[in-house]
Amino acid sequence: MSETSIAIQSSNILVSLNGQEVLHGIDLQIRAGLWTSIVGPNGSGKSTLLKALAGLLEFHGEVLVFDAPLNSFKAKVRAQQISWLGQNEVTSDDLNVWDVVMLGRLPYQDWMAVPSSQDIQAVETALQATQSWDWRQRRLGQLSAGEKQRVLLARAIAVQAPLTLMDEPLTNLDPPHQVNWLEQVRCLTSQGKTVVSVLHEVGMALHADDMVVIQAGRIVHQGACSEPTTHRAIEAVFDNRIAIQSIHSHWIAVPNLLRSR
Amino acid sequence: MSLNKSNNWSIALVMLLSIALCIGIGLSVGSSGLESLQNAWHDEVAWQIIWDIRLPRTLGALAAGALLGLAGALAQGLFRNPLADPYLLGSASGATLGVALALAFFGGNQLATEVLVRVGLTGAAFVGALLAVVLTLVLAKGVQHTMRLLLAGVIVGVVMGAMASLISLMRPDILQNMQGFLLGSTAFIGWSACIVMACFLIPCLCFAWFFGFAMDALSLGESTAVSLGVPLRAMRMVIVLLVALATGTAVAQTGLIAFVGLAAPHLVRSIASVKSGSLALLSALMGGLLLLLADILARSLIAPQELPVGVLTAVLGGGYLLWLMYRNQNQGALG
Repeated sequence: MSETSIAIQSSNILVSLNGQEVLHGIDLQIRAGLWTSIVGPNGSGKSTLLKALAGLLEFHGEVLVFDAPLNSFKAKVRAQQISWLGQNEVTSDDLNVWDVVMLGRLPYQDWMAVPSSQDIQAVETALQATQSWDWRQRRLGQLSAGEKQRVLLARAIAVQAPLTLMDEPLTNLDPPHQVNWLEQVRCLTSQGKTVVSVLHEVGMALHADDMVVIQAGRIVHQGACSEPTTHRAIEAVFDNRIAIQSIHSHWIAVPNLLRSR
Repeated sequence: MSLNKSNNWSIALVMLLSIALCIGIGLSVGSSGLESLQNAWHDEVAWQIIWDIRLPRTLGALAAGALLGLAGALAQGLFRNPLADPYLLGSASGATLGVALALAFFGGNQLATEVLVRVGLTGAAFVGALLAVVLTLVLAKGVQHTMRLLLAGVIVGVVMGAMASLISLMRPDILQNMQGFLLGSTAFIGWSACIVMACFLIPCLCFAWFFGFAMDALSLGESTAVSLGVPLRAMRMVIVLLVALATGTAVAQTGLIAFVGLAAPHLVRSIASVKSGSLALLSALMGGLLLLLADILARSLIAPQELPVGVLTAVLGGGYLLWLMYRNQNQGALG
Protein backbone atom coordinates (compact mmCIF):
# COMPACT_ATOMS: atom_id res chain seq x y z
CA MET A 1 0.00 0.00 0.00
CA SER A 2 2.86 2.33 0.76
CA GLU A 3 4.07 2.43 -2.88
CA THR A 4 0.88 4.06 -4.11
CA SER A 5 0.05 7.65 -3.26
CA ILE A 6 -2.85 8.30 -0.93
CA ALA A 7 -6.00 10.07 -2.13
CA ILE A 8 -7.79 10.26 1.23
CA GLN A 9 -6.37 9.93 4.68
CA SER A 10 -8.63 10.31 7.68
CA SER A 11 -7.65 10.46 11.33
CA ASN A 12 -10.03 9.84 14.18
CA ILE A 13 -13.24 10.93 12.43
CA LEU A 14 -16.13 11.33 14.84
CA VAL A 15 -19.61 12.06 13.52
CA SER A 16 -22.77 12.59 15.55
CA LEU A 17 -26.26 12.63 14.07
CA ASN A 18 -29.18 13.89 16.16
CA GLY A 19 -26.97 13.90 19.23
CA GLN A 20 -25.86 10.30 18.81
CA GLU A 21 -22.33 9.38 17.81
CA VAL A 22 -22.48 7.16 14.73
CA LEU A 23 -18.82 7.13 13.66
CA HIS A 24 -16.37 6.43 16.46
CA GLY A 25 -12.88 7.49 15.42
CA ILE A 26 -12.36 6.36 11.83
CA ASP A 27 -8.77 6.03 10.63
CA LEU A 28 -8.62 5.37 6.93
CA GLN A 29 -6.34 5.44 3.91
CA ILE A 30 -7.74 5.37 0.38
CA ARG A 31 -5.15 4.66 -2.30
CA ALA A 32 -5.10 7.01 -5.29
CA GLY A 33 -5.94 5.75 -8.77
CA LEU A 34 -7.81 2.72 -7.46
CA TRP A 35 -11.37 1.75 -6.64
CA THR A 36 -12.20 1.24 -2.99
CA SER A 37 -15.50 -0.22 -1.82
CA ILE A 38 -16.99 0.36 1.58
CA VAL A 39 -19.20 -2.47 2.82
CA GLY A 40 -20.95 -3.25 6.06
CA PRO A 41 -24.34 -4.15 7.52
CA ASN A 42 -27.31 -1.76 7.46
CA GLY A 43 -26.84 1.15 9.82
CA SER A 44 -23.10 0.60 10.19
CA GLY A 45 -22.31 4.15 9.08
CA LYS A 46 -21.16 3.58 5.48
CA SER A 47 -23.07 6.48 3.94
CA THR A 48 -22.24 8.75 6.86
CA LEU A 49 -18.55 7.97 6.42
CA LEU A 50 -18.74 8.70 2.69
CA LYS A 51 -20.51 12.01 3.33
CA ALA A 52 -17.87 12.98 5.87
CA LEU A 53 -15.11 12.15 3.37
CA ALA A 54 -16.91 14.33 0.81
CA GLY A 55 -17.13 17.20 3.28
CA LEU A 56 -20.93 17.13 3.19
CA LEU A 57 -21.46 16.89 6.92
CA GLU A 58 -19.72 18.16 10.00
CA PHE A 59 -17.22 15.91 11.69
CA HIS A 60 -14.46 15.96 14.28
CA GLY A 61 -11.04 14.75 13.31
CA GLU A 62 -9.02 15.32 10.16
CA VAL A 63 -9.49 14.36 6.52
CA LEU A 64 -6.66 14.93 4.06
CA VAL A 65 -7.56 14.85 0.37
CA PHE A 66 -4.46 14.58 -1.79
CA ASP A 67 -2.46 15.67 1.27
CA ALA A 68 -4.48 18.87 1.83
CA PRO A 69 -6.92 19.28 4.75
CA LEU A 70 -10.48 18.90 3.43
CA ASN A 71 -11.70 21.76 5.61
CA SER A 72 -9.18 24.12 3.99
CA PHE A 73 -10.72 23.70 0.52
CA LYS A 74 -12.89 26.49 -0.82
CA ALA A 75 -16.29 25.18 -1.89
CA LYS A 76 -15.55 25.50 -5.60
CA VAL A 77 -12.11 23.89 -5.34
CA ARG A 78 -13.55 21.03 -3.31
CA ALA A 79 -16.28 20.60 -5.94
CA GLN A 80 -13.59 20.33 -8.65
CA GLN A 81 -11.63 17.78 -6.62
CA ILE A 82 -14.47 15.58 -5.36
CA SER A 83 -17.40 14.38 -7.43
CA TRP A 84 -20.38 13.12 -5.45
CA LEU A 85 -23.23 10.78 -6.34
CA GLY A 86 -25.71 10.56 -3.48
CA GLN A 87 -28.24 7.94 -2.52
CA ASN A 88 -32.02 8.34 -2.80
CA GLU A 89 -31.91 12.12 -3.04
CA VAL A 90 -35.25 13.62 -3.96
CA THR A 91 -34.76 15.16 -7.38
CA SER A 92 -36.99 17.51 -9.29
CA ASP A 93 -38.37 16.04 -12.49
CA ASP A 94 -38.50 19.34 -14.37
CA LEU A 95 -34.98 19.69 -15.76
CA ASN A 96 -34.06 17.94 -18.95
CA VAL A 97 -31.24 15.41 -19.04
CA TRP A 98 -28.75 17.73 -20.75
CA ASP A 99 -29.24 20.45 -18.14
CA VAL A 100 -28.91 17.94 -15.28
CA VAL A 101 -25.60 16.62 -16.57
CA MET A 102 -24.39 20.16 -17.32
CA LEU A 103 -24.84 20.89 -13.59
CA GLY A 104 -21.80 18.67 -13.12
CA ARG A 105 -19.79 21.44 -14.77
CA LEU A 106 -20.98 24.05 -12.28
CA PRO A 107 -17.69 23.99 -10.31
CA TYR A 108 -15.84 25.17 -13.43
CA GLN A 109 -18.27 27.83 -14.59
CA ASP A 110 -18.27 31.50 -13.68
CA TRP A 111 -21.51 33.03 -12.49
CA MET A 112 -23.96 33.49 -15.38
CA ALA A 113 -21.30 32.33 -17.86
CA VAL A 114 -22.17 30.38 -21.00
CA PRO A 115 -20.87 26.77 -20.90
CA SER A 116 -17.45 26.47 -22.55
CA SER A 117 -16.63 24.01 -25.32
CA GLN A 118 -14.83 21.96 -22.64
CA ASP A 119 -18.04 21.84 -20.58
CA ILE A 120 -20.06 20.72 -23.59
CA GLN A 121 -17.45 18.07 -24.46
CA ALA A 122 -17.50 16.75 -20.87
CA VAL A 123 -21.29 16.51 -20.86
CA GLU A 124 -21.39 14.76 -24.24
CA THR A 125 -18.74 12.26 -23.12
CA ALA A 126 -20.57 11.52 -19.84
CA LEU A 127 -23.91 11.08 -21.59
CA GLN A 128 -22.43 8.68 -24.10
CA ALA A 129 -20.49 6.78 -21.43
CA THR A 130 -23.71 6.10 -19.52
CA GLN A 131 -25.73 5.44 -22.68
CA SER A 132 -27.99 8.39 -21.89
CA TRP A 133 -27.26 10.44 -25.01
CA ASP A 134 -30.55 9.61 -26.74
CA TRP A 135 -32.61 11.13 -23.88
CA ARG A 136 -30.70 14.39 -23.62
CA GLN A 137 -33.77 16.43 -24.50
CA ARG A 138 -36.16 14.52 -22.23
CA ARG A 139 -37.17 15.62 -18.75
CA LEU A 140 -35.91 13.65 -15.77
CA GLY A 141 -39.55 12.92 -14.87
CA GLN A 142 -40.02 11.10 -18.18
CA LEU A 143 -37.36 8.51 -17.36
CA SER A 144 -37.59 5.26 -15.43
CA ALA A 145 -35.80 4.97 -12.09
CA GLY A 146 -32.90 3.08 -13.69
CA GLU A 147 -32.59 5.56 -16.55
CA LYS A 148 -32.64 8.42 -14.07
CA GLN A 149 -29.85 6.78 -12.08
CA ARG A 150 -27.74 6.58 -15.23
CA VAL A 151 -28.29 10.29 -15.87
CA LEU A 152 -27.25 11.10 -12.28
CA LEU A 153 -24.15 8.95 -12.81
CA ALA A 154 -23.43 10.92 -15.99
CA ARG A 155 -23.72 14.13 -13.94
CA ALA A 156 -21.12 12.80 -11.49
CA ILE A 157 -18.80 11.71 -14.33
CA ALA A 158 -19.13 15.11 -16.03
CA VAL A 159 -17.41 16.75 -13.06
CA GLN A 160 -14.19 15.02 -14.20
CA ALA A 161 -12.85 15.20 -10.66
CA PRO A 162 -9.77 13.21 -9.62
CA LEU A 163 -11.83 11.70 -6.78
CA THR A 164 -15.36 10.31 -7.19
CA LEU A 165 -17.48 9.22 -4.21
CA MET A 166 -20.63 7.23 -4.92
CA ASP A 167 -23.25 6.11 -2.43
CA GLU A 168 -25.23 3.11 -3.70
CA PRO A 169 -24.65 3.93 -7.37
CA LEU A 170 -26.22 0.65 -8.54
CA THR A 171 -29.67 1.48 -7.14
CA ASN A 172 -32.34 0.68 -9.75
CA LEU A 173 -29.79 -0.43 -12.36
CA ASP A 174 -30.46 -3.68 -14.19
CA PRO A 175 -27.61 -6.23 -14.56
CA PRO A 176 -26.35 -5.00 -17.96
CA HIS A 177 -26.13 -1.45 -16.67
CA GLN A 178 -24.49 -2.63 -13.46
CA VAL A 179 -21.81 -4.15 -15.67
CA ASN A 180 -21.66 -0.89 -17.59
CA TRP A 181 -21.15 0.93 -14.28
CA LEU A 182 -18.25 -1.44 -13.46
CA GLU A 183 -16.70 -0.60 -16.82
CA GLN A 184 -17.13 3.11 -16.11
CA VAL A 185 -15.35 2.75 -12.77
CA ARG A 186 -12.53 0.86 -14.44
CA CYS A 187 -12.35 3.55 -17.09
CA LEU A 188 -12.01 6.20 -14.38
CA THR A 189 -9.27 4.32 -12.53
CA SER A 190 -7.43 3.67 -15.80
CA GLN A 191 -7.27 7.47 -16.15
CA GLY A 192 -5.60 7.63 -12.73
CA LYS A 193 -8.78 8.73 -10.94
CA THR A 194 -9.82 7.45 -7.54
CA VAL A 195 -13.25 5.97 -6.92
CA VAL A 196 -14.81 5.22 -3.54
CA SER A 197 -18.21 3.55 -3.45
CA VAL A 198 -20.65 2.34 -0.85
CA LEU A 199 -22.33 -0.80 -2.11
CA HIS A 200 -24.86 -3.19 -0.67
CA GLU A 201 -24.12 -5.75 -3.35
CA VAL A 202 -21.10 -7.48 -1.81
CA GLY A 203 -20.51 -9.44 -5.02
CA MET A 204 -20.15 -6.20 -6.98
CA ALA A 205 -18.08 -4.61 -4.22
CA LEU A 206 -15.59 -7.50 -4.45
CA HIS A 207 -14.67 -6.30 -7.96
CA ALA A 208 -12.97 -3.28 -6.36
CA ASP A 209 -9.25 -3.05 -5.72
CA ASP A 210 -9.55 -2.33 -2.01
CA MET A 211 -12.22 -2.94 0.57
CA VAL A 212 -13.13 -1.09 3.75
CA VAL A 213 -15.28 -3.16 6.08
CA ILE A 214 -17.25 -1.18 8.61
CA GLN A 215 -19.43 -2.27 11.51
CA ALA A 216 -21.23 -0.19 14.14
CA GLY A 217 -19.37 2.98 13.18
CA ARG A 218 -15.92 1.42 13.34
CA ILE A 219 -13.63 0.08 10.65
CA VAL A 220 -12.98 -3.57 11.31
CA HIS A 221 -10.81 -4.27 8.29
CA GLN A 222 -9.15 -2.56 5.38
CA GLY A 223 -7.27 -4.39 2.66
CA ALA A 224 -7.18 -5.64 -0.89
CA CYS A 225 -10.33 -7.37 -2.15
CA SER A 226 -8.32 -10.43 -3.11
CA GLU A 227 -6.97 -11.02 0.40
CA PRO A 228 -8.49 -13.92 2.37
CA THR A 229 -8.43 -11.77 5.52
CA THR A 230 -10.75 -9.30 3.76
CA HIS A 231 -13.14 -12.12 2.91
CA ARG A 232 -13.19 -13.37 6.49
CA ALA A 233 -13.86 -9.83 7.74
CA ILE A 234 -16.80 -9.43 5.34
CA GLU A 235 -18.26 -12.78 6.39
CA ALA A 236 -17.85 -11.87 10.05
CA VAL A 237 -19.64 -8.48 9.87
CA PHE A 238 -22.52 -10.13 8.06
CA ASP A 239 -22.78 -12.69 10.85
CA ASN A 240 -21.41 -15.43 8.56
CA ARG A 241 -24.70 -15.43 6.63
CA ILE A 242 -22.69 -15.05 3.43
CA ALA A 243 -19.58 -16.85 2.24
CA ILE A 244 -17.00 -15.45 -0.17
CA GLN A 245 -16.06 -17.93 -2.84
CA SER A 246 -14.04 -17.91 -6.01
CA ILE A 247 -15.56 -18.80 -9.37
CA HIS A 248 -13.57 -18.41 -12.59
CA SER A 249 -11.08 -16.11 -10.85
CA HIS A 250 -13.87 -13.80 -9.62
CA TRP A 251 -14.88 -13.46 -6.01
CA ILE A 252 -18.57 -13.79 -5.29
CA ALA A 253 -20.74 -13.70 -2.16
CA VAL A 254 -23.14 -16.61 -1.77
CA PRO A 255 -25.83 -17.05 0.90
CA ASN A 256 -24.70 -19.33 3.68
CA LEU A 257 -27.87 -21.40 4.08
CA LEU A 258 -26.33 -24.10 6.23
CA ARG A 259 -26.52 -21.96 9.31
CA SER A 260 -30.28 -21.47 9.06
CA ARG A 261 -31.07 -25.18 8.88
CA MET B 1 -29.87 23.57 -25.39
CA SER B 2 -30.70 25.86 -28.27
CA LEU B 3 -34.01 24.16 -29.03
CA ASN B 4 -35.19 24.70 -25.45
CA LYS B 5 -34.03 28.28 -25.40
CA SER B 6 -35.85 29.18 -28.60
CA ASN B 7 -38.92 27.38 -27.24
CA ASN B 8 -38.72 29.42 -24.03
CA TRP B 9 -38.44 32.65 -26.00
CA SER B 10 -41.48 31.66 -28.05
CA ILE B 11 -43.48 30.97 -24.89
CA ALA B 12 -42.37 34.28 -23.37
CA LEU B 13 -43.31 36.11 -26.57
CA VAL B 14 -46.77 34.50 -26.67
CA MET B 15 -47.33 35.42 -23.02
CA LEU B 16 -46.16 38.99 -23.58
CA LEU B 17 -48.54 39.37 -26.54
CA SER B 18 -51.38 37.88 -24.44
CA ILE B 19 -50.55 40.31 -21.63
CA ALA B 20 -50.60 43.24 -24.09
CA LEU B 21 -53.98 42.06 -25.37
CA CYS B 22 -55.33 41.69 -21.82
CA ILE B 23 -54.08 45.17 -20.89
CA GLY B 24 -56.03 46.49 -23.89
CA ILE B 25 -59.15 44.62 -22.76
CA GLY B 26 -58.56 45.73 -19.18
CA LEU B 27 -58.58 49.36 -20.27
CA SER B 28 -61.90 48.91 -22.03
CA VAL B 29 -63.77 47.02 -19.29
CA GLY B 30 -65.62 48.99 -16.60
CA SER B 31 -68.93 50.58 -15.68
CA SER B 32 -68.66 53.11 -18.52
CA GLY B 33 -67.52 50.42 -20.95
CA LEU B 34 -65.51 50.99 -24.11
CA GLU B 35 -66.82 54.55 -24.38
CA SER B 36 -64.24 55.89 -21.93
CA LEU B 37 -61.39 54.42 -23.97
CA GLN B 38 -62.77 55.84 -27.23
CA ASN B 39 -63.23 59.34 -25.75
CA ALA B 40 -60.10 59.38 -23.62
CA TRP B 41 -58.19 61.82 -25.88
CA HIS B 42 -60.85 64.52 -25.92
CA ASP B 43 -62.85 63.95 -22.74
CA GLU B 44 -61.18 64.82 -19.45
CA VAL B 45 -63.45 62.57 -17.36
CA ALA B 46 -62.93 59.64 -19.72
CA TRP B 47 -59.16 60.30 -19.58
CA GLN B 48 -59.28 60.27 -15.77
CA ILE B 49 -61.17 56.95 -15.79
CA ILE B 50 -58.56 55.41 -18.07
CA TRP B 51 -55.44 57.01 -16.60
CA ASP B 52 -56.29 57.13 -12.89
CA ILE B 53 -58.46 54.02 -12.47
CA ARG B 54 -58.29 51.41 -15.22
CA LEU B 55 -54.61 51.62 -16.23
CA PRO B 56 -53.12 51.46 -12.70
CA ARG B 57 -55.58 48.74 -11.77
CA THR B 58 -54.70 46.69 -14.84
CA LEU B 59 -50.96 47.17 -14.45
CA GLY B 60 -51.30 46.55 -10.71
CA ALA B 61 -53.04 43.24 -11.36
CA LEU B 62 -50.20 42.34 -13.73
CA ALA B 63 -47.53 43.25 -11.15
CA ALA B 64 -49.28 41.50 -8.23
CA GLY B 65 -49.83 38.36 -10.31
CA ALA B 66 -46.20 38.45 -11.41
CA LEU B 67 -45.02 38.74 -7.80
CA LEU B 68 -47.18 35.80 -6.74
CA GLY B 69 -46.15 33.69 -9.76
CA LEU B 70 -42.50 34.42 -9.00
CA ALA B 71 -42.95 33.62 -5.29
CA GLY B 72 -44.68 30.36 -6.18
CA ALA B 73 -41.88 29.26 -8.52
CA LEU B 74 -39.25 30.12 -5.91
CA ALA B 75 -41.13 28.36 -3.09
CA GLN B 76 -41.62 25.22 -5.15
CA GLY B 77 -37.95 25.23 -6.14
CA LEU B 78 -36.67 25.89 -2.64
CA PHE B 79 -38.86 23.32 -0.97
CA ARG B 80 -38.68 20.92 -3.92
CA ASN B 81 -42.39 20.38 -3.58
CA PRO B 82 -44.79 21.07 -6.44
CA LEU B 83 -47.61 21.77 -3.99
CA ALA B 84 -45.74 24.54 -2.21
CA ASP B 85 -46.99 28.06 -2.74
CA PRO B 86 -46.68 31.15 -0.59
CA TYR B 87 -50.03 30.46 1.07
CA LEU B 88 -49.34 26.83 1.99
CA LEU B 89 -46.11 27.91 3.65
CA GLY B 90 -47.90 30.36 5.88
CA SER B 91 -46.33 33.52 4.47
CA ALA B 92 -49.65 34.98 3.31
CA SER B 93 -51.21 34.44 6.73
CA GLY B 94 -48.13 36.05 8.20
CA ALA B 95 -48.64 38.99 5.86
CA THR B 96 -52.30 39.14 6.90
CA LEU B 97 -51.33 39.27 10.55
CA GLY B 98 -48.79 41.95 9.77
CA VAL B 99 -51.41 44.03 7.95
CA ALA B 100 -53.92 43.51 10.79
CA LEU B 101 -51.36 44.76 13.29
CA ALA B 102 -50.45 47.71 11.05
CA LEU B 103 -54.09 48.65 10.55
CA ALA B 104 -54.72 48.37 14.28
CA PHE B 105 -51.79 50.66 15.04
CA PHE B 106 -51.92 53.10 12.11
CA GLY B 107 -55.50 52.78 10.81
CA GLY B 108 -57.03 55.24 13.26
CA ASN B 109 -54.13 57.66 13.22
CA GLN B 110 -55.26 60.86 11.51
CA LEU B 111 -51.70 62.09 11.15
CA ALA B 112 -50.64 59.11 9.08
CA THR B 113 -50.52 60.06 5.44
CA GLU B 114 -51.59 57.73 2.67
CA VAL B 115 -47.97 57.14 1.69
CA LEU B 116 -46.99 56.37 5.27
CA VAL B 117 -49.86 53.91 5.63
CA ARG B 118 -48.91 52.28 2.33
CA VAL B 119 -45.26 51.94 3.26
CA GLY B 120 -46.32 50.76 6.71
CA LEU B 121 -48.67 48.13 5.30
CA THR B 122 -46.09 46.88 2.82
CA GLY B 123 -43.46 46.73 5.53
CA ALA B 124 -45.79 44.97 7.96
CA ALA B 125 -46.90 42.48 5.31
CA PHE B 126 -43.27 41.82 4.40
CA VAL B 127 -42.14 41.30 7.99
CA GLY B 128 -45.18 39.12 8.70
CA ALA B 129 -44.56 36.98 5.61
CA LEU B 130 -40.86 36.60 6.45
CA LEU B 131 -41.53 35.65 10.05
CA ALA B 132 -44.16 33.13 8.98
CA VAL B 133 -41.79 31.41 6.51
CA VAL B 134 -38.97 31.36 9.08
CA LEU B 135 -41.34 29.95 11.70
CA THR B 136 -42.46 27.27 9.23
CA LEU B 137 -38.82 26.35 8.55
CA VAL B 138 -38.04 26.20 12.27
CA LEU B 139 -41.09 24.05 13.06
CA ALA B 140 -40.31 21.74 10.12
CA LYS B 141 -36.63 21.52 11.17
CA GLY B 142 -35.47 22.42 7.66
CA VAL B 143 -36.81 21.70 4.22
CA GLN B 144 -35.87 18.03 3.85
CA HIS B 145 -39.14 16.52 5.05
CA THR B 146 -41.96 17.50 2.75
CA MET B 147 -44.89 16.41 4.86
CA ARG B 148 -43.50 18.03 8.00
CA LEU B 149 -42.93 21.19 6.03
CA LEU B 150 -46.46 21.35 4.71
CA LEU B 151 -47.90 20.55 8.14
CA ALA B 152 -45.77 23.27 9.72
CA GLY B 153 -46.92 25.70 7.01
CA VAL B 154 -50.56 24.84 7.64
CA ILE B 155 -50.13 25.22 11.40
CA VAL B 156 -48.38 28.59 11.05
CA GLY B 157 -51.06 29.70 8.59
CA VAL B 158 -53.92 28.70 10.88
CA VAL B 159 -52.40 30.20 14.01
CA MET B 160 -51.42 33.49 12.37
CA GLY B 161 -54.80 33.67 10.63
CA ALA B 162 -56.51 33.15 13.98
CA MET B 163 -54.40 35.89 15.54
CA ALA B 164 -55.33 38.26 12.70
CA SER B 165 -59.01 37.42 13.23
CA LEU B 166 -58.65 38.08 16.96
CA ILE B 167 -57.14 41.50 16.28
CA SER B 168 -59.99 42.27 13.85
CA LEU B 169 -62.52 41.32 16.53
CA MET B 170 -60.80 43.45 19.15
CA ARG B 171 -60.69 46.44 16.78
CA PRO B 172 -64.06 46.58 14.96
CA ASP B 173 -62.96 49.79 13.17
CA ILE B 174 -60.51 47.78 11.04
CA LEU B 175 -62.98 44.94 10.38
CA GLN B 176 -64.18 46.30 7.03
CA ASN B 177 -60.64 46.93 5.80
CA MET B 178 -59.60 43.46 6.91
CA GLN B 179 -62.61 41.87 5.17
CA GLY B 180 -61.65 43.63 1.94
CA PHE B 181 -58.06 42.52 2.43
CA LEU B 182 -59.04 38.88 3.00
CA LEU B 183 -61.27 38.77 -0.08
CA GLY B 184 -58.50 40.16 -2.24
CA SER B 185 -59.15 42.91 -4.74
CA THR B 186 -57.42 44.81 -7.48
CA ALA B 187 -60.10 47.51 -7.48
CA PHE B 188 -58.22 50.05 -5.40
CA ILE B 189 -54.76 49.74 -6.90
CA GLY B 190 -53.44 53.19 -7.73
CA TRP B 191 -50.24 54.42 -9.28
CA SER B 192 -48.42 54.47 -5.93
CA ALA B 193 -49.19 50.77 -5.40
CA CYS B 194 -48.08 50.03 -8.97
CA ILE B 195 -44.78 51.79 -8.38
CA VAL B 196 -44.24 50.02 -5.06
CA MET B 197 -44.90 46.61 -6.65
CA ALA B 198 -42.70 47.37 -9.67
CA CYS B 199 -39.90 48.49 -7.37
CA PHE B 200 -40.01 45.14 -5.58
CA LEU B 201 -40.77 42.99 -8.63
CA ILE B 202 -37.80 44.02 -10.77
CA PRO B 203 -35.05 43.27 -8.22
CA CYS B 204 -36.84 40.07 -7.17
CA LEU B 205 -36.87 38.91 -10.79
CA CYS B 206 -33.19 39.78 -11.20
CA PHE B 207 -32.20 37.90 -8.04
CA ALA B 208 -34.34 34.91 -9.05
CA TRP B 209 -32.58 34.84 -12.43
CA PHE B 210 -29.13 35.22 -10.86
CA PHE B 211 -29.76 32.40 -8.38
CA GLY B 212 -31.31 30.11 -10.97
CA PHE B 213 -28.15 27.98 -11.24
CA ALA B 214 -28.24 27.29 -7.51
CA MET B 215 -31.92 26.37 -7.63
CA ASP B 216 -31.13 23.97 -10.48
CA ALA B 217 -28.41 22.34 -8.38
CA LEU B 218 -30.77 22.17 -5.41
CA SER B 219 -33.29 20.32 -7.57
CA LEU B 220 -30.85 17.36 -7.48
CA GLY B 221 -30.84 17.29 -3.68
CA GLU B 222 -29.11 19.23 -0.94
CA SER B 223 -26.00 17.04 -0.73
CA THR B 224 -25.47 17.21 -4.48
CA ALA B 225 -25.93 20.98 -4.46
CA VAL B 226 -23.34 21.37 -1.70
CA SER B 227 -20.98 18.97 -3.48
CA LEU B 228 -21.18 21.20 -6.55
CA GLY B 229 -19.97 24.16 -4.52
CA VAL B 230 -23.33 25.89 -4.10
CA PRO B 231 -23.42 28.06 -0.95
CA LEU B 232 -26.64 26.45 0.20
CA ARG B 233 -27.20 28.37 3.42
CA ALA B 234 -26.76 31.77 1.81
CA MET B 235 -28.81 30.78 -1.20
CA ARG B 236 -31.65 29.47 0.96
CA MET B 237 -31.66 32.70 2.93
CA VAL B 238 -31.88 34.79 -0.25
CA ILE B 239 -34.70 32.67 -1.69
CA VAL B 240 -36.65 32.81 1.59
CA LEU B 241 -36.23 36.59 1.57
CA LEU B 242 -37.41 36.80 -2.04
CA VAL B 243 -40.47 34.63 -1.38
CA ALA B 244 -41.39 36.69 1.66
CA LEU B 245 -40.73 39.99 -0.13
CA ALA B 246 -42.68 39.09 -3.28
CA THR B 247 -45.61 37.63 -1.34
CA GLY B 248 -45.68 40.37 1.23
CA THR B 249 -45.60 43.12 -1.40
CA ALA B 250 -48.38 41.60 -3.48
CA VAL B 251 -50.58 40.72 -0.53
CA ALA B 252 -50.14 44.16 1.03
CA GLN B 253 -51.41 45.86 -2.12
CA THR B 254 -54.14 43.44 -3.24
CA GLY B 255 -55.09 41.35 -0.22
CA LEU B 256 -55.19 37.57 -0.43
CA ILE B 257 -55.17 36.41 -4.03
CA ALA B 258 -55.47 32.65 -3.96
CA PHE B 259 -53.72 29.98 -6.03
CA VAL B 260 -51.96 32.23 -8.56
CA GLY B 261 -48.62 31.37 -6.95
CA LEU B 262 -49.37 27.67 -7.14
CA ALA B 263 -50.89 27.53 -10.60
CA ALA B 264 -48.50 29.78 -12.55
CA PRO B 265 -45.33 27.60 -12.22
CA HIS B 266 -47.37 24.46 -12.93
CA LEU B 267 -48.79 25.96 -16.09
CA VAL B 268 -45.30 26.96 -17.24
CA ARG B 269 -43.95 23.48 -16.54
CA SER B 270 -46.83 21.94 -18.45
CA ILE B 271 -45.78 23.75 -21.63
CA ALA B 272 -42.00 23.92 -21.32
CA SER B 273 -38.98 22.20 -19.80
CA VAL B 274 -37.14 25.10 -18.24
CA LYS B 275 -34.30 25.75 -15.85
CA SER B 276 -35.09 27.47 -12.56
CA GLY B 277 -34.11 30.98 -13.66
CA SER B 278 -36.32 30.80 -16.74
CA LEU B 279 -39.07 29.14 -14.71
CA ALA B 280 -39.09 32.06 -12.29
CA LEU B 281 -39.33 34.64 -15.09
CA LEU B 282 -41.94 32.73 -17.08
CA SER B 283 -43.96 32.03 -13.91
CA ALA B 284 -43.96 35.77 -13.21
CA LEU B 285 -45.32 36.42 -16.70
CA MET B 286 -47.86 33.61 -16.29
CA GLY B 287 -48.93 34.86 -12.86
CA GLY B 288 -49.37 38.35 -14.24
CA LEU B 289 -51.41 37.03 -17.15
CA LEU B 290 -53.60 34.89 -14.85
CA LEU B 291 -54.39 37.77 -12.52
CA LEU B 292 -55.04 40.09 -15.46
CA LEU B 293 -57.55 37.60 -16.84
CA ALA B 294 -59.13 37.11 -13.42
CA ASP B 295 -59.37 40.88 -12.97
CA ILE B 296 -61.12 41.27 -16.34
CA LEU B 297 -63.54 38.46 -15.43
CA ALA B 298 -64.14 39.96 -11.97
CA ARG B 299 -65.09 43.26 -13.60
CA SER B 300 -67.26 41.83 -16.35
CA LEU B 301 -69.03 38.70 -15.02
CA ILE B 302 -71.69 40.58 -13.00
CA ALA B 303 -71.15 44.08 -14.48
CA PRO B 304 -71.73 46.80 -13.50
CA GLN B 305 -70.97 45.23 -10.12
CA GLU B 306 -67.68 43.41 -9.50
CA LEU B 307 -66.56 40.23 -7.87
CA PRO B 308 -63.56 40.35 -5.54
CA VAL B 309 -60.78 38.97 -7.71
CA GLY B 310 -59.48 36.83 -4.84
CA VAL B 311 -62.77 34.95 -4.75
CA LEU B 312 -62.51 34.27 -8.46
CA THR B 313 -58.91 33.03 -8.34
CA ALA B 314 -59.79 30.85 -5.33
CA VAL B 315 -62.63 29.14 -7.19
CA LEU B 316 -60.70 28.73 -10.45
CA GLY B 317 -57.42 27.86 -8.71
CA GLY B 318 -59.13 25.38 -6.38
CA GLY B 319 -60.57 23.61 -9.41
CA TYR B 320 -57.13 23.53 -11.00
CA LEU B 321 -55.59 22.10 -7.81
CA LEU B 322 -58.23 19.38 -7.65
CA TRP B 323 -57.54 18.49 -11.26
CA LEU B 324 -53.82 18.43 -10.52
CA MET B 325 -54.32 16.10 -7.55
CA TYR B 326 -56.58 13.85 -9.61
CA ARG B 327 -54.04 13.70 -12.43
CA ASN B 328 -51.11 13.01 -10.08
CA GLN B 329 -53.05 10.33 -8.22
CA ASN B 330 -53.72 8.63 -11.53
CA GLN B 331 -50.01 8.82 -12.31
CA GLY B 332 -49.21 7.58 -8.78
CA ALA B 333 -46.86 10.48 -8.14
CA LEU B 334 -48.58 13.01 -5.90
CA GLY B 335 -46.06 15.30 -4.24
